[in-house]
Amino acid sequence: MSEHILSVHDVDVSEGQIPREDWFESSATLHNLRKNKKFPTIWCAGCGIGVVMGSLIRAIESLNLNNDQVALVAGIGCTARMPVYMDYNTLHTTHGRALAFATGLKIARPDMKVIAIMGDGDALAIGGNHFIHAARRNIGITALVVNNSIYGMTGGQYSPTTPEGMRATTAPYGNVEPPFPVCDLAIAAGATFVARSTVYYPLELDKYLAQAISNEGFSLVEAVSYCHTTYGRINKLGSAADMMRQLKDNSVSKPAFDKLDPDARAANTKIVRGVLHIKDRPEYTKIYGSLVERKHEEELRLRNVGRH
Amino acid sequence: MTIQLMQGNEAIAMGAIAAGCRFYAGYPITPSTEVAEVMSRELPKVGGKFIQMEDEIASMAAVIGGRVGGLKSMTATSGPGFSLMQENIGYAAMAEIPCVVVNVQRLGPSTGQPTAASQGDVMQARWGTHGDHQIIALSPISVAQAFELTVKAFNLSEKYRIPVLLMTDEIIGHMREPIELPDFDTVDKFERVVTDAPEEYKAFRNDRGDVPPMASFGRGYRYHITGLFHDEVGFPTQRLDEIDPWLERVKRKIEKADDILLYQTDYQEGARLAVLSYGASARTARHAVKQMRAKGEKVNLFIAQTIWPFPEKAVEELADLTDKIIVPEMNLGQLALEVERVAGRKKVARVNRANGEMVTPDMILKAAEV
Repeated sequence: MSEHILSVHDVDVSEGQIPREDWFESSATLHNLRKNKKFPTIWCAGCGIGVVMGSLIRAIESLNLNNDQVALVAGIGCTARMPVYMDYNTLHTTHGRALAFATGLKIARPDMKVIAIMGDGDALAIGGNHFIHAARRNIGITALVVNNSIYGMTGGQYSPTTPEGMRATTAPYGNVEPPFPVCDLAIAAGATFVARSTVYYPLELDKYLAQAISNEGFSLVEAVSYCHTTYGRINKLGSAADMMRQLKDNSVSKPAFDKLDPDARAANTKIVRGVLHIKDRPEYTKIYGSLVERKHEEELRLRNVGRH
Repeated sequence: MTIQLMQGNEAIAMGAIAAGCRFYAGYPITPSTEVAEVMSRELPKVGGKFIQMEDEIASMAAVIGGRVGGLKSMTATSGPGFSLMQENIGYAAMAEIPCVVVNVQRLGPSTGQPTAASQGDVMQARWGTHGDHQIIALSPISVAQAFELTVKAFNLSEKYRIPVLLMTDEIIGHMREPIELPDFDTVDKFERVVTDAPEEYKAFRNDRGDVPPMASFGRGYRYHITGLFHDEVGFPTQRLDEIDPWLERVKRKIEKADDILLYQTDYQEGARLAVLSYGASARTARHAVKQMRAKGEKVNLFIAQTIWPFPEKAVEELADLTDKIIVPEMNLGQLALEVERVAGRKKVARVNRANGEMVTPDMILKAAEV
């Protein structure tokens, strides 16, 4: 990214760290993208989803996982197109069903790292039932929800995370529904690792995703992003760079948030970034796997007895 | 080999295990629940896995996920659940994922009569999911055949990379009959193999035969599976020169196959009357034919085990032999539409009952007289 590009978008050079010229060529991101897939991506220029894709690749890379042992399962929507570009086992399913497909896959292959990639509408509206039950089972799946508060692919309809009062093509007079707090929902449903950051902080996302993938049970990472093409345009929030800056200005780290006095915490409207929840609880395929093993051995023993 | 008294639903579960099914995902629903109960009990004994999902949409999704992970997979349901599964049955057809879906049909529409039998989902089996697609649907007439056709369903599904529907009904599902179970090790099982090197692997290739090799995830073949129209390696495409060959291939792989169409014929020389049926109604048909023959009448009997694709050539031959084909069904006339398409409307006499009760032999005898 050159200084010229930053200046076009009215971004002060000091706001971002300018990478070295050879950064891209030497990056893990490039090496784990598919060689035979045509680029560019389907995402609009300036979209935050690409930032999350980079983070996910770096997180997997940092764990030294073999790409063959990683499966990316996605539903439908802008975010759900992510796996097609990435050099892993990739399953692009039906709208809302990523976690249900992922559940079958994880049961068949408990040794694999299964990551479900969803947008907010995909995960929480049409897929809401699968989301809470996957969390309840604590099945070893990492749910990555890119939350841009809108249905982007269909052109900007309000989603379960659109804030009240904001406009969408199906909420032309302002949204009257309260949004789902994604992380709170996952915690309440039984997730054992829950973290949140924004696309302004990709290095945080790298770290949280790596922790989430390392967690044996059900993990959720909420990556707060934006959609300048639909949500931003309808709500007059400016360009991609403007919305990125809003993300920067409107978030607070968990340690900083925790230091606030109770009144200030209650009044906080900023996005709280950090690891929000960790719980030690046995993972589903481990528990069921050992049950199956026990029954299977018992049966083999019985059969052998019968033969003698 | 042992002879046991067994329910149709139990025989289906045992057939699945005999065929090598090692993953079941389902949701409780009358009158199919026994399949899930038996699977939850029996699968762990053979090292297989069972899960009760949050609904039938999720069940069908998990079944596909399980097969992508390398386990032969099945689910069982009834009307309302079958409606919910349509979404991902279409996905399995599009992505060519083998799987078996059992529908123990009950009276519909909607919640209907959960404990009453029906054959009301015959057309839904063919056209229930949106868009043109290929499908195989089998329908057993007895407990023993429920076992046999479940094995067959798995083998066809694996061989042709296609979802196979076992369209049974509450009568066969809950009826108990003696059945002689074979040693499961001796049951023929179709196993998919991939011989291509990972770098040459194309999951949806259109050359070298009509059924491309299917690699399971986590075996070194990193590839993309999608419900979008896709090219030979699985990437989404809008190019007609990539879509058309796929459409032609998946149609051809089912149409050209010579082992999908299963039916039994019992013809009499010179008979001008025929009864054609399937599932529980075929039991009534068999009985009515016996009664007519006892009175000295000549009647042909055609029992279809494969209802989709419709065995049109065999029915065409039957139509050439006969003046009238009676089609008894527990619905308002669904497979009869296919018989009419092949034999002509004038030759077909529909015998329908859609109130949850079986067609009676008298209804068929009456239709024969008119």
